[in-house]
Amino acid sequence: MPQLLLELFSEEIPARMQAGAARDLERMATERLKAAGLGFDALTTFAGPRRLTLVVDGLPAATPDREEELKGPKASAPEQALEGFLRKTGLTRDQLVERDGVLFAVISQKGRATADLVPAMVDEIVRGFPWPKSMRWGTGALRWVRPLKRIVCLFDGVVVPFDVDGIASGDVTEGHRFLGSGQPFAVRDFADYRRKLEREHVLLDVADRKLRILEGAKAACADRGLTLVDDDGLLDEVAGLAEWPTPILGDMDPAFLDLPPEVVRLSMKVHQKYFAVRDPARDGLAPHFVVVANVEATDGGKALAAGNGRVLSARLNDARFFWDEDRKTGFDAWLKKLEGVTFHARLGTMAQRVDRIAALAREIAPLVGADPDQAERAARLAKADLASGMVGEFPELQGVMGGYYARAEHGDAVADAIRDHYRPQGPSDAVPTAPLTVAVALADKLDTLVGFFAIDEKPTGSKDPFALRRAALGVIRLVLENGVRMRLPGPAVSTFWMLPEATMLPPGTMPAAAIDFISRGEQFQREVYGPIEREMQAFFADRLKVLLRDQGKRHDLVDAVFALGDDDLVRIVRRVEALDAFLATDDGANLLAGHRRASNILKAEAKKGDVPTGMVQTGLPNQPPEETALAFAAAAAQTAVDQALEAEDFAAAMRALSALRAPVDAFFEAVLVNSDVPAERDNRLKLLGQIRAVMGRVADFDRIAG
Amino acid sequence: MAADRPLSFQDLILTLQRYWGAQGCALLQPYDVEVGAGTLHPATVLRALGPRPWKAAYVQPSRRPGDGRYGENPNRLQHYYQFQVILKPNPDNLQQLYLGSLEAIGIDPKLHDVRFVEDDWENPTVGAWGLGWEVWCDGMEVTQFTYFQGVGGIEVDVVSGELTYGLERLAMYVQGVDDVYDLRFNDEGLTYGEVFLENERQQSEANFHGYDVDGLKRRFEDMVAEVGRLLEMRGPQDQKLVLPAYDQVLKASHLFNLMDARGAIAVAERQSYIGRIRDLCKACATEWVEQERARA
Repeated sequence: MPQLLLELFSEEIPARMQAGAARDLERMATERLKAAGLGFDALTTFAGPRRLTLVVDGLPAATPDREEELKGPKASAPEQALEGFLRKTGLTRDQLVERDGVLFAVISQKGRATADLVPAMVDEIVRGFPWPKSMRWGTGALRWVRPLKRIVCLFDGVVVPFDVDGIASGDVTEGHRFLGSGQPFAVRDFADYRRKLEREHVLLDVADRKLRILEGAKAACADRGLTLVDDDGLLDEVAGLAEWPTPILGDMDPAFLDLPPEVVRLSMKVHQKYFAVRDPARDGLAPHFVVVANVEATDGGKALAAGNGRVLSARLNDARFFWDEDRKTGFDAWLKKLEGVTFHARLGTMAQRVDRIAALAREIAPLVGADPDQAERAARLAKADLASGMVGEFPELQGVMGGYYARAEHGDAVADAIRDHYRPQGPSDAVPTAPLTVAVALADKLDTLVGFFAIDEKPTGSKDPFALRRAALGVIRLVLENGVRMRLPGPAVSTFWMLPEATMLPPGTMPAAAIDFISRGEQFQREVYGPIEREMQAFFADRLKVLLRDQGKRHDLVDAVFALGDDDLVRIVRRVEALDAFLATDDGANLLAGHRRASNILKAEAKKGDVPTGMVQTGLPNQPPEETALAFAAAAAQTAVDQALEAEDFAAAMRALSALRAPVDAFFEAVLVNSDVPAERDNRLKLLGQIRAVMGRVADFDRIAG
Repeated sequence: MAADRPLSFQDLILTLQRYWGAQGCALLQPYDVEVGAGTLHPATVLRALGPRPWKAAYVQPSRRPGDGRYGENPNRLQHYYQFQVILKPNPDNLQQLYLGSLEAIGIDPKLHDVRFVEDDWENPTVGAWGLGWEVWCDGMEVTQFTYFQGVGGIEVDVVSGELTYGLERLAMYVQGVDDVYDLRFNDEGLTYGEVFLENERQQSEANFHGYDVDGLKRRFEDMVAEVGRLLEMRGPQDQKLVLPAYDQVLKASHLFNLMDARGAIAVAERQSYIGRIRDLCKACATEWVEQERARA
């Protein structure tokens, strides 16, 4: 079966865009082949520093012939309608077919050679390619990410001739910029293309480039008894910067190792795209780096390693300057500086934010087992490093630098809290567990949430410019993974009054001072902030649902528990887990069925009128033993469930419900609820109502799918 | 060049001039108004507009008052040189031509690691932007390589290729020197420090502490007013006086940089200053492109 090979050869494509380009090319080619009615066996794309490549195997030589039937006017329709239809189809009256008094046109479309369809497809792909940024060049009007130089387009080994804005297709491409022969060369098919490229020092597949980097870098390190510091993000980037990536170990001045390792690593990574190297013997960084060059230098890389080493020294000299200056400057000066730094126009300065976080940390401390004074102090210092020189240079080091600068004077617990209070920064980031850190981390995130909710900057749809969803998820994970028992937003409400008042108070109360605000009492405060608090509650509930769903918890169980209106996350999750386990048992599944039956009967009754409620009676004349038994079981279950819930022992609550299964089954087996005797019917409806109420204390079983 | 000895600073410049002169570039001289970047020379920023072809190369001193370090930092200067090349429209083989210029000054791409790393260039004060790369040589950024897409907020008619070589950095690399003041200026034993160290000391002091802020502000406002006045006037062929007006924009821009170095620009004022300069620049660019289209 024929193969299609397409290469779009250009000047250097930004590394960060390559993976997306490969996906876009795959999508666009697949869509267009499908639309043309062309099936295929396999479609693969590649992206590298200078080329995008598409190979499609198992294409047919031509599209199949197609017959299409078009419905026309009725045979009795006026002449004009018929004429219009003939014009549209290009047929004559005698070519139409009549069926049940309606005229049909049968249009047969001859299949087309696949190669004839390719030029328009490529043209569309090139002109419509969704590069994040594109440009024009020379005097042309075509846009591409950087100047497009060549197009290879072969179908079944033959050039498909066309041009895109003057760039003619052909079978000729180029190899590596420096290591290749320097001569353009022709290719026959994908296998030939890939083989020749490799001979010309181009690794087409990014997976091969990464492998070459990792193997080479690890080997270079191992030769010296060192290990490579893995960095997947950096690996992705450097694999997009070289067609023949060649890792080389370089030396750096060991004197720089007295800088924090994060600083050294980041200087290497951000500015120079080098990997750091570890020395297992000293359990720290080694005075070396790995640069991934695009050439196999004729001197084995000596000159380029030395050159890179010199550049790194200049970079690390800058870093050392900041490190030295920062340690001379210190926290007091930075905190002063934060007074002049705006956090958000409507939420005040960073210094005001620090005040709020400190107050919040103090409130939260007892809930997480931290000392309030210490929590307040750690929170006061937590943002100071934002004003330091090093964080100005490397924003990624926020927190980390503060931790270093605080350790000697303020001790490990405070330093750790400063360092880790931004965590967790994403779904895969670990959650802090040290109580002091938890207190500051919660305070930081809650202040962000309260503030932006207060000024009505909530996330909408895909827009979440202040990363509030991430902050809420961070809060939830901190609470759950540390088993923190606290309501949400809970203590966050206590700093409402510290938000810049102009944003917070209703217009009529301006310019009321915060003190006035407090003195007007809780009732007034509730009126102002109640709606915001409720919005935040709903937001947390929503994020928790998303989290639980991501963890594979059943959507309906989460809903069933949320319907109870609890705002203690730890309790909610435990309940969902217990419920999940219960429903997996035979008793659970059957009881759910029983509940549904009871519920349906009650709902049907509710439509007719009032459903009787009240005490279930026992010992009535002719009362079936199954009814009496269920009444006793329900009463017993109610007591047991209440006790279990009181103790937050949800497994016990589920066990108590299990005891209902047999009597419920027996009841429905033996007893007709809809008795002709009204008193009997009333009592049985009351009984079903009681069963539903008992179960409803544990979860809203109506929301659970059976 | 002598194979055994790397190029001196002045030979580096001469080599680049000869190389680009041979590619058909007019070898211009530095513009006589202070600018923060070689791009701002009218030979680049204005000539990039309009449909007429253009090829030029020149050395341009760059003034960055805030970057002065009193001659005490081995890498930072408030006055340094850029070598600027503009080819309009960009030739197809501009990357090859550029690599040829590196070989001409003694950088062998088989021995060194030359890389084109994404860097989209933007100069908000003149409303100019382009796509391209910073060119790395063994991890050191030696050149800004840009395909101009717009100037003064106006999309270009024809795309220019622009190369900006950082001459001191490049020379330090070629000579293997770690301190800019140790660069060999010529082959007679003169160093870069002997030429420029004292200048860095005095200018740094003036930039950070010397200039009268009120005076700078006044002159800035004068220049802004002058741009408006000149653009209202007409020349002998009834054209607006866009070239003199643009000179005043450059002067205003430099005055802004001086005020900034003096710490006289509050955070809140900054955007407004930059916006005013950009608007003036845009007014000049808009007028110039009309004139160029008429001349074409």
